[in-house]
Amino acid sequence: MINYASREINCKIVYYGPGLGGKTTNLEHVYGKVKPETRGKLISLATETERTLFFDFLPVDLGTIRGFKTRFHLYTVPGQVYYNASRKLILKNVDGIVFVGDSQAERMEANLESMQNLYDNMAEYGYDLTQMPFVIQYNKRDLPNAAPIEDLQAALNPGWEVEDASKHRVQPDPYHAGQNLVEQLPGGEWVEKAPYFEAIAVQGDGVFDTLKAVSKLVLKALA
Amino acid sequence: MTAGTANWSFTQDDFTAITESLSRFLGETKSICALLVDRSGQLVTTVGNAPGLDTTAFATLTAADYSANDQLAKLVGENDFSSLFHQGEKESIYVADIARRLLLVIIFDSRTTVGLVRLRMKDEVEELTLLIDRVFSRGRSGAAPERLLKGADDEIDKLFNW
Repeated sequence: MINYASREINCKIVYYGPGLGGKTTNLEHVYGKVKPETRGKLISLATETERTLFFDFLPVDLGTIRGFKTRFHLYTVPGQVYYNASRKLILKNVDGIVFVGDSQAERMEANLESMQNLYDNMAEYGYDLTQMPFVIQYNKRDLPNAAPIEDLQAALNPGWEVEDASKHRVQPDPYHAGQNLVEQLPGGEWVEKAPYFEAIAVQGDGVFDTLKAVSKLVLKALA
Repeated sequence: MTAGTANWSFTQDDFTAITESLSRFLGETKSICALLVDRSGQLVTTVGNAPGLDTTAFATLTAADYSANDQLAKLVGENDFSSLFHQGEKESIYVADIARRLLLVIIFDSRTTVGLVRLRMKDEVEELTLLIDRVFSRGRSGAAPERLLKGADDEIDKLFNW
């Protein structure tokens, strides 16, 4: 939403993913690292055991473009399967999505279920995830049972078909040398993948790379 | 903005008209402050005096509160609850829906009554609905100055040099 009167561009970014995957940890790290004058309060609607019940919320000012203050509203959703009603509410009018996947091999099913749930909930609002700013973060890369990136990519980010012929050109992945975000498969089909990042959110690794990437995509969607 | 998401802009004229309307409402009902919030939790504007109020957090929680109540309404077979009232010891808040897009939040204290706020709210909601419809119809017709960041790719890149 652009507010010409207060000269602000407000954007909503939602961190989605399975329970205990590190969504709240991402926000806590951002909260701890950005200057206090550029962020608001971190609000957590959580249970007594600190599981997110409704959402976490953190407003962050990124700076000024064309005289407009760009403010990003970061939200997390509750990851637990049975909280779908609150999860869906948070997606309303979202501008950008970060899917925080749990790298642990035994959480693959939970990742897949959450990704499917994301597609379904977005579709119910009439939003097309493949047409909007969307990045994937593979968290917990430091754990010994973390699955290889190739396996996670194959399962969670296999790519979607690019139907628009004007977009049929190779687009290198700016974050991974030698890989492409848009490319043609041997069968002739063009596919696009979401940008992905590896992270260890508890240490802050990859947290800002992810946030930067999605925020940039959101602003470029306005340009 | 991307397909499907909120896509509308407020101009200075919209803002002035909304502010005038809300100022009048605050004066007539002796309320403290009015906040206009979009349903996704973003603050559109604040009118009146609320020192120390974290309006960003307030806006987000209001939208979440309203959305949760919307779902509660459906569970009991209602389409929606068109307004919410939260009573405090000193200050209370009244929330009303505007055109299914925005929420009007009125904060008031013992200098007025919930009855007066509620009574005047009906006219205020109608007035704001007309103003807001104008904003949305312009957004739909594509006449809004939406390409604010057209050609600003370099500026956007610079913003992320951290």
